[in-house]
Amino acid sequence: MSLLRDPDVEARVQRLEIPFNRHGLDPYGVAKKDLVRWFSILAWLYRNYFTVTVEGIRNVPPRGRAMLVGNHSGGVALDGAMVLASMMLEMDPPRLGQAMVEKFLNLIPFAAEWTSRTGQLTGLPEHAERILRDGRLLLVFPEGARGTEKLYWERHSLVDFGSGFVRLALSTHAPIVPFAFIGGGDAIPTVMNLYKIARFFGAPYIPITPWLLPVPRRVPLRILYGEPIVLEGRPSDDDAVIEAHVESVKQRIAALIAAGTERHHEQKALP
Amino acid sequence: MKVLIPGITGRLARSVAVKLLEAGHQVLGIDRRPWINAPKEIEVFQIDIRKRAAEEVFRKHRPEAVIHMATVTHLTVRNDDRFRINLFGTRAVFDHCAHYGAKRCIFVGRHTYYGAAADSSLYHGEEDPPFAMTTFPELADLVAADLYAGSALWRYPELDTSVLRLSYTLGPSVSGTLATFIGGKRTPMVLGFDPLFQFMHEDDAADAICLALEKQLRGVFNVAGPQPMPLSTLIRTAGRQPVPVPEFLLRAVFGRFGLPALPPGAVAHLKYPVVIDDSTFRAKTGFNHRYDEDQTIAAFRSVAG
Repeated sequence: MSLLRDPDVEARVQRLEIPFNRHGLDPYGVAKKDLVRWFSILAWLYRNYFTVTVEGIRNVPPRGRAMLVGNHSGGVALDGAMVLASMMLEMDPPRLGQAMVEKFLNLIPFAAEWTSRTGQLTGLPEHAERILRDGRLLLVFPEGARGTEKLYWERHSLVDFGSGFVRLALSTHAPIVPFAFIGGGDAIPTVMNLYKIARFFGAPYIPITPWLLPVPRRVPLRILYGEPIVLEGRPSDDDAVIEAHVESVKQRIAALIAAGTERHHEQKALP
Repeated sequence: MKVLIPGITGRLARSVAVKLLEAGHQVLGIDRRPWINAPKEIEVFQIDIRKRAAEEVFRKHRPEAVIHMATVTHLTVRNDDRFRINLFGTRAVFDHCAHYGAKRCIFVGRHTYYGAAADSSLYHGEEDPPFAMTTFPELADLVAADLYAGSALWRYPELDTSVLRLSYTLGPSVSGTLATFIGGKRTPMVLGFDPLFQFMHEDDAADAICLALEKQLRGVFNVAGPQPMPLSTLIRTAGRQPVPVPEFLLRAVFGRFGLPALPPGAVAHLKYPVVIDDSTFRAKTGFNHRYDEDQTIAAFRSVAG
């Protein structure tokens, strides 16, 4: 088995309910062959490097529009990658989660090509809305880059949530599946962020770990998916109404983080 | 219906003219270039659209509908000249339409209006701004002509104006921007970038223009064919060889080593996609493309080799 061609991943990509044409391309330019390569690497990391425990996968709708909304941590978007891997590897039928990536990635050769062939589009409201209206699965981290910026000792905290995701859920009538990702801050314990040098590359920051590079440690990870939240209201509702929705989603995620962290520690304490 | 086509000698315009003729319309044309072997039923006036003689054609023949295809899109034509033809020519067409009682006017524009940039959205709706002004300054006159044509909707409310923004066309004529770009054996790409390209068969494009006329559209519409494909897939399917070049070397190789000559602004179009959402046009007209991406490329290859 090649690291770039896991037969299980290949079979799962074949089963994706996405309109691929005979070139293996969908209308967004997502390519089957690139999905196989990328998810083969992620599957190895998911199963062999980290051990990822997933709870509540049944809370994710098997088809149709939905938003996965969760906490961000761990320097680089390792959490996003593992959530996407869980959608591909644990769901039946498998689903392709589509995240919104930082704009600077599109400026970098090969990164731009890789994100577009795997369906990880530039973070634009138009993209998020189109993905949902097409009945797809959108991955959102409302903390944005401020979430992955968190330092090691802040890893279980939540910073301010943007409110765009709530307005998006209301305008597209998409259910929100809250999730907690535990262990991101342990895998990549950021001790400081470099901002000035990062600006030179167009990136928001560069995370520094005790071993300098944000290479993840081999730690167990845990993802908890909570029951879907269906919001009622209009996207044009007053800020106070929208903020109340944001707060309720944030509380649900905080509760999932608390429950997940406890179980995570219990499991790690086992002989 | 009596239909006048300024720019009738262009490849796509000829095809539209023949289709309209076959559908039973009376077709007239204006062009600076001659149309040798034009069907005898089509009267072609070999004049400049900006000149007095062109106005005479409108006055004398009183066309009910006008399809404006007299914009110069070849980037090789000297800029100043092109700007004048595209902007003053467009003004002349709409003024004459309004003054001489035409009921409908269709402006045939291009999807490159939207421009290609790292932070632009993948599917452009008609409401998106013309970012090509920034990313591809060489296209400024085409963008301006498009916006100017759209302004006829409020300047001449009695005239049914439609602005069509067509994706690239490809087919057996082996002409047009995309055909020129992939015409040689080797096609340049920017190393590390593989944007989606959207194109349609030229016959489908001609059908879409005829349909816009038939359905009396008003407004601005994106017109496209099959779903887009990555540039590398397009190049390989067309039997060409992609040549990935690091961006800093790209300008130096344009027009050399068997690669096409491109203006500097084209680099953005080799890095980022310009893809349009044509759902409104399809919903309003019932348009369905007949040729998929492979058949379109095959039609191009059958002649280009």
